[in-house]
Amino acid sequence: MRHLLSTSSLSHADSVGVLDVAEEMAAVGQREVKKLPALRGRTVVNLFFEDSTRTRTSFEAAGKRLSADVINFAVKGSSVSKGESLKDTAQTLEAMSADAVVIRHPSSGAPHRLASSGWIDAAVLNAGDGTHEHPTQALLDAFTLRRHAAQLAGRSSSGTDLTGMRVAIVGDVLHSRVARSNLWLLKTLGAEVTLVAPPTLLPVGAHAWPCTISYDLDETLRGGVDAVMMLRLQAERMNQAFFPSTREYSRSWGFDEARLAALQSAAGDTVILHPGPMNRGLEISAAAADSDRSLILDQVRNGVSVRMAALYLLLSGEHHRGTADVQTTQKGTST
Amino acid sequence: MTSMPGSSQRSDPRSRVVLSAADIDRALTRIAHELLEANKGPDDLVLLGIPRRGFPLAERLGRKLATSDPAVDPPAITGQLDVTMFRDDLQHHPTRSPMPTQLPPTGIDNKVVVLVDDVLYSGRTIRAALDAIVDLGRPRIVRLAVLVDRGHRELPIRADHVGKNLPTSTREKVRVQLAETDAGEDQVVIEDRP
Repeated sequence: MRHLLSTSSLSHADSVGVLDVAEEMAAVGQREVKKLPALRGRTVVNLFFEDSTRTRTSFEAAGKRLSADVINFAVKGSSVSKGESLKDTAQTLEAMSADAVVIRHPSSGAPHRLASSGWIDAAVLNAGDGTHEHPTQALLDAFTLRRHAAQLAGRSSSGTDLTGMRVAIVGDVLHSRVARSNLWLLKTLGAEVTLVAPPTLLPVGAHAWPCTISYDLDETLRGGVDAVMMLRLQAERMNQAFFPSTREYSRSWGFDEARLAALQSAAGDTVILHPGPMNRGLEISAAAADSDRSLILDQVRNGVSVRMAALYLLLSGEHHRGTADVQTTQKGTST
Repeated sequence: MTSMPGSSQRSDPRSRVVLSAADIDRALTRIAHELLEANKGPDDLVLLGIPRRGFPLAERLGRKLATSDPAVDPPAITGQLDVTMFRDDLQHHPTRSPMPTQLPPTGIDNKVVVLVDDVLYSGRTIRAALDAIVDLGRPRIVRLAVLVDRGHRELPIRADHVGKNLPTSTREKVRVQLAETDAGEDQVVIEDRP
């Protein structure tokens, strides 16, 4: 791997490889000295054109735990607000000899542009671009699900995938890069995915995706799923009326107390995930978010391990400082 | 090191077996006795194997310690120490995947830690291991036991316990095969690099 831009281009072996490395990184988080010297002297720039709490701080923590120098570049207060282009910003970072650029951008494809344009030599990590992809979120969700499944089965999670796991992704699929990245990765890892959303919040062409589509959350839950992944209702990206009212949305598609109670009374180990930030009371009720089925805080914790693994795999190895060969990058040469 | 089936290697004129399974067993038995002698008994001994082949060697040493002193509980004093993230050559090799680090439940603080590896060559792996240990605790003493010392050190590091000293040329490759990690029986082979 030279860049991490999407999960759709990750092979099965690459994906399991990232999760296995993340497993070792998680072990470091349990130690007294939570630091490794692997990326000493390398510079990681967090380039965030959109707001973020979890992703930015966990990339920062990941870089620091690997001893890299982390520079946070928030667009508010930078020359971007004076009209600087992505290219000039990127080349400024290149001149500061950044080894990796973690980029979040409101436009789909901005990280790909950065990686393939030859503007910079650094490794590019997509931390969310428009409604396209958010690969590290999908990897940490898969990591969380894999650990949970291994715990239930009482075995080690190392080397395993998600074969046979049934996952429902519920909510605003249309605007969600998390849903897309998760769909591709879960599919690669062998899970069965059901998308549950109002018809207005499903993108055109979703029926061609490798998944089942349902418009009824209760029916999907009754059918039995191993994990429910709730998506945030992205009000900031909504420029038209997609549903009559937030209350109606919450009734039909939100994970409310009634659905939690139904889940508790049914047998099974269904877990609840949410990529955050949560709209409590809208797509997920406070009771569901704080219940013992919720893995939401595990997701945040695992985010640091997964991002450490991504940074380590992209920044170590002899191929990093070589000639920029962007076309061959995605089909990974990681071990 | 990639594993190769032992039988086909023996007929290859460019490779020769320098230690047989029995030789390896005798060397480990001697090292176990040396450890007990140097430490005046098994108290506080912790064996940390460096993946991949150091760990099965550490396990075997643990069992041999238990044979000569029944008070020793091998799983309780044996662990694995991964040094991948501490190497100084991460930028010069293809990406390596880290292996698990597992310390014995007692930890390593104030213990006599014996690092166990299969081949001692440049000494750089051991340098990385010493750094890794510092992040995990503060042992009272750190010793080094290796199955084969092939010379060509690049750092001021030496082993306390050596199974066999093998004078080699840098053009040769020393291949340790263990039943636990490689198909086939135990042996140490010297090969000419192609």
